[in-house]
Amino acid sequence: MTRYLVRRTSQAIAVLFIVTVVVFAILHFLPGSPARALLGIRATPAAIRQFNAANGYNRPLPVQYLLYLDRLVHGNLGFSYHYDQSVGSLLAMDLPKSALLVGASYVFALLIAIPMGIVQALRRNRALDHVLTGFSFVGYAMPTFWLGILLLVAFSASVHLFPPEGPQGATVGAALGDPAGLVLPVATLTIVTVAQFSRFMRSSAIDVLLQDYIRTARAKGAAGWHLITRHVLRNSLLPIITLVGLSLPGVLSGAIVVEALFNYPGMGWLFWTAAGSHDFPVLMGFTIVVAAATVIGNLLADVGYAVADPRVRYQAS
Amino acid sequence: MTTQVSAGQSAATGPVTGSGGWREAVTDFAQNKMGVAGLATIVLMLLFSFAGPLIYHTDQVHPNMLLITQRPGANHPLGTDNVGYDVLGRLMVAGQSSLEVGLAAAVIAGFAGTFWGAIAGFAGGWLDSVMMRFVDALLAIPSLLLVLLLAAIVTPSVFMIIIVLGLISWLTTARLVRGEVLVLRSLDYVKAAHGFGATPRQIVLRHVIRNVIGTVVVQVTFEVANAILLFAALSFLGLGPPPPAANWGGMLTDGLNYVFSGYWWLIYPAGIFIVVTVVAFNLAGDALRDVFEVRLRSRNS
Repeated sequence: MTRYLVRRTSQAIAVLFIVTVVVFAILHFLPGSPARALLGIRATPAAIRQFNAANGYNRPLPVQYLLYLDRLVHGNLGFSYHYDQSVGSLLAMDLPKSALLVGASYVFALLIAIPMGIVQALRRNRALDHVLTGFSFVGYAMPTFWLGILLLVAFSASVHLFPPEGPQGATVGAALGDPAGLVLPVATLTIVTVAQFSRFMRSSAIDVLLQDYIRTARAKGAAGWHLITRHVLRNSLLPIITLVGLSLPGVLSGAIVVEALFNYPGMGWLFWTAAGSHDFPVLMGFTIVVAAATVIGNLLADVGYAVADPRVRYQAS
Repeated sequence: MTTQVSAGQSAATGPVTGSGGWREAVTDFAQNKMGVAGLATIVLMLLFSFAGPLIYHTDQVHPNMLLITQRPGANHPLGTDNVGYDVLGRLMVAGQSSLEVGLAAAVIAGFAGTFWGAIAGFAGGWLDSVMMRFVDALLAIPSLLLVLLLAAIVTPSVFMIIIVLGLISWLTTARLVRGEVLVLRSLDYVKAAHGFGATPRQIVLRHVIRNVIGTVVVQVTFEVANAILLFAALSFLGLGPPPPAANWGGMLTDGLNYVFSGYWWLIYPAGIFIVVTVVAFNLAGDALRDVFEVRLRSRNS
């Protein structure tokens, strides 16, 4: 177990290191350099030289990278000239709102997808299974923003049930104060995620149903609700732990689109506007933070899996 | 016992090329109804987009302010959009770029992923570790984030978007190919080829690439679907090719302004086209995977 943990953690650190190299490389191979991006195409060569000297861009690339890494390790993600704020403070303001959106969608998606997958596995190849499989196939193929538009048409334009715009407050508290505004963004992200999770849950539950211990449990008289909750659910949840970690990048991609569509001022919205205004420090800082969250999430999922299922750690060592 | 097992293994993963093998695969695929439906839909979409404009002539370059947002009628079966383009004709032109981007990006990614995975798997050791951690690092960044980052740097055109989407779509292929190469290179006939003095390059080109081709074809099919969706998202976020170039995602973005006007023809058709195309590629991919897996299993037994 310790060996597995050490190996897995050092892998995660290596991955994070490469992320910083990639992000640094993208920043420095920008056409026209950061100085051009900031000072504009009419900047004089003297102004660019002055900017580069003031910001250390005239030093050798390896030195610049080490300085960049040093700032990162000390929590300095860079400075957005566009917003005249540090990227860290922008993040502190907007990350919690995205976490609310993504977190709520994850919770609802799991609450729907887990029973859905188990029902499909129990009714395998019957009408209900086909209908639900069809639903997840279509849900999986739907552009997230189009799903959002359809929900807007149905619940905001045709019937004025929910507002077409997400909560506009600056804090999570303000966002929670407008629950009606959260409904459509959360619903959009939830449906997309359910489509993805239920397919895994279905095949995971089918695998479990074919196992010997289920046959044994049935032979011992376990049936119905007891069989499902005690034996099928617990065992088929294991792969879902990994899936929750692995799906984070995809769900965050969805969050960018949902925030842009519903004008919800979270991290995804900020990233989107930063891409439009070429605000590279924001793009870079957020990419690093999101990648770190994914790597750490995957690491925790793997460790959690190893703790939950002894077979994993024996295989790995 | 050992000899039996290794003999079985090399038979299981013997070269799949040769007319007999492919004919078998085609027959297997033809028996999968969903796969055939998917393939038929893909062919229909290609015909609609590329042959359609030859029959149904519309002007998709010059806006016509006298004809904006007209309801579907005799002259315009699916109405007109916010600058007077005929929506049916626009669906065709938009389909061309959406399909071109999806197919081209996936094929580029298929080649890139195969070579990356084959080299990593064959090299082993520290090079393998570094190459695969690089893949992990890129996979840790949400694909839309990467696409936005790269798209913010380049000037959006169909060509540049193909490159950008190709650059981020090869990762899963690389992982799968590497996994297969690790199995392959321990097999007897690959070892034998090595023993006969074949260079690693020859072994990769002759044996490895041929044997992983099934996996790659399946993955490329799924990547077409993903690339079409990513392209749509990119256009929705305003980083797609500017008008008069058209694509399905971009059409939906224009339609968003008319959600509250009830202009359904600007909201439904393009979305349905995306969903149908993506479902078709996913069905075809599932069927292809079944074909290759079943063949491997039958060889194993």
